[in-house]
Amino acid sequence: MSSIADQIAGAPVADAAAAKALVEPALVEPAAVKAPAITLPATGERELRLDLFRGLALWLIFIDHLPQNILTWLTIRNYGFSDATEIFIFISGYTAAFVYGRAMLEAGFLVATARILRRVWQIYVAHVFLFTIFLAEISYVATSFENPLYSEEMGIMDFLKQPDVTIVQALLLRFRPVNMDVLPLYIVLMLFLPLILWLMKWKPDLTLALSAVLYAVTWQFDLYLSAYPNGFWAFNPFAWQLLFVFGAWCALGGAWRMSRILSSNITMWICIVYLVAAFCVTLTWYVPQLGHIMPKRIEQWMYPINKTDLDVLRFAHFLALAALTVRFLPRDWPGLKSPWLRPLILCGQHSLEIFCLGVFLAFAGHFVLAEISGGAALHALVSVCGILIMWGMAWIISWYKHSADKGASRNKGTGGNADLAGGGA
Amino acid sequence: MKSAWTMLGLMLLGGFLTAAPARAEDAAKQPCDVPAYLLQSDGVLKRVEETVKKGQPLNVLVVGSRSSTIPAQEASAYPAKLQAALKERLPAAVTVNLSVELQPSKTAEDAAGTLVKLVETKRPTLVIWQTGTVDAMRSIDPDDFRSAVDEGVVALQNAGADVVLVNLQYSPRTETMISAPPYLDNLRVVAQQHEVPLFDRFAIMRYWNEAGDFDLFSTSHGVELAKQVHACLGRALSKFVIDAAHLEPAQQN
Repeated sequence: MSSIADQIAGAPVADAAAAKALVEPALVEPAAVKAPAITLPATGERELRLDLFRGLALWLIFIDHLPQNILTWLTIRNYGFSDATEIFIFISGYTAAFVYGRAMLEAGFLVATARILRRVWQIYVAHVFLFTIFLAEISYVATSFENPLYSEEMGIMDFLKQPDVTIVQALLLRFRPVNMDVLPLYIVLMLFLPLILWLMKWKPDLTLALSAVLYAVTWQFDLYLSAYPNGFWAFNPFAWQLLFVFGAWCALGGAWRMSRILSSNITMWICIVYLVAAFCVTLTWYVPQLGHIMPKRIEQWMYPINKTDLDVLRFAHFLALAALTVRFLPRDWPGLKSPWLRPLILCGQHSLEIFCLGVFLAFAGHFVLAEISGGAALHALVSVCGILIMWGMAWIISWYKHSADKGASRNKGTGGNADLAGGGA
Repeated sequence: MKSAWTMLGLMLLGGFLTAAPARAEDAAKQPCDVPAYLLQSDGVLKRVEETVKKGQPLNVLVVGSRSSTIPAQEASAYPAKLQAALKERLPAAVTVNLSVELQPSKTAEDAAGTLVKLVETKRPTLVIWQTGTVDAMRSIDPDDFRSAVDEGVVALQNAGADVVLVNLQYSPRTETMISAPPYLDNLRVVAQQHEVPLFDRFAIMRYWNEAGDFDLFSTSHGVELAKQVHACLGRALSKFVIDAAHLEPAQQN
């Protein structure tokens, strides 16, 4: 079975049709026979839309992590409530369920769990690696920067005085610097994936309902995970799991069962109206002169839009975006094969590596911008260079997979499926 | 008599500026102008307005953490600059008293508990409450932060003072370590709910950094940059207070 996964992951996209023909029969049957409760998508072809949007999310996350610049205006968080994180977690849930759900059906709970745990370990190692780089960056800032204007803010470096405690807390995922919140969230969500998949295999709709109940309970009773030295997780796993489980539910047949709702015109118009309304609201954030147009009542009801706990408004905004995307961007859209979208798709196919690279590049970008005080042009240049580097790295990784490691990976037999399960955060 | 000369001087200067080429106009622009939209607010400072109109002394109390001062340079920090600017802009008959209550490393919740007592002893007309930095550094739950600020604002209003909220500094160097947005958002929410003017220090400083007025990434160890930024903040804050109290400055310039 792992060889199937290898073929999915390893099939060059151009040959996807051939891969489909190769893989399809093998995939459909076990799904149909063993577990009538869930239906895996009937094709082994790599879903390029997922890669495309995950790649897009990676680029947007990178841009959002840099100081504001002209490219920031291209990111979706300026045009509505949700941002790239939602896309990322949803697609991660979708692909993880797709890959490991199949493993669970074919090889059983134990093997699937083992594979998931190996993936969790990879993400954990990636997180620790990023933390090391982060530590180097701030140690540098702490020693070189003593502007009296920011004497208070520099107090944040105090944790460097206790590296023993800090590093242990970082290994426990309790000390997490800003911009490094996504991987710990992903680690926790993946840890619970075996349970989620096991429940889904039994009753998918009930699993989704349970997830929604947990989300509601989180809001009602204010559940959270504490962080070190104080505070809480910036992405509350108790709330964000809803998006992850929803992604998994869609992957395991939910999307297909929803297709009637998705294709109805009423849904489309509700989505459009909501997106336009959200756009108008966000407009008042960036054009404060418009602020007084907003009715006070609505403002008081709506704000703050809570990112930590995945505000309902954000979730709904993501759903509306996703519904419209699925409607207007069919899976066989020829543009998906166009060379213009290749960079995005390539990045999306190696998401863990590219995500980590993006976080690192954001640190590096901060550093460059701080050392060389150049204006808006340099800011934009740093963003563009970062994206080019991400693309280049994705290309190199896929070259390794397809050419350099070709002989080895065929024989190894242990799932090369991780990249479809996708990674990072 | 004196004001007549000043007027004349200003008119001459104005005439010169309009006649001079555009570059001279740019040079005459304040180094740290703040666009009007960043100083706009729905909140009204009723008590300040009444006090000034009656010609009574205006008592201002600044409550804040360490970013409300410059170490060993209190006289150059924004509260002192605010006092000077208010004196300059308000009618000469109004005395402006200002005291600063620094509460280093106190969260909004810690500070809120002390506010009523402070107001009772100092009887300020206006309390300028700078908060959020400590909470952001300790990543206090934003909901807890909001309810603490909410509580504090209500207590201040009940104790008979007008309130201006001041948010965090824009600090690009520590952006990867301190997550400001949740605290900025929640301060905005509280300000909206109680119609309290919010002085958006964060947006203003970011504007200066982007417009090139100041390089806030600068690693300079000197105190000069801090002094200049605080002077500009004090001036902007005085304009903000005067606008929110609907007081036309004594002289339009």
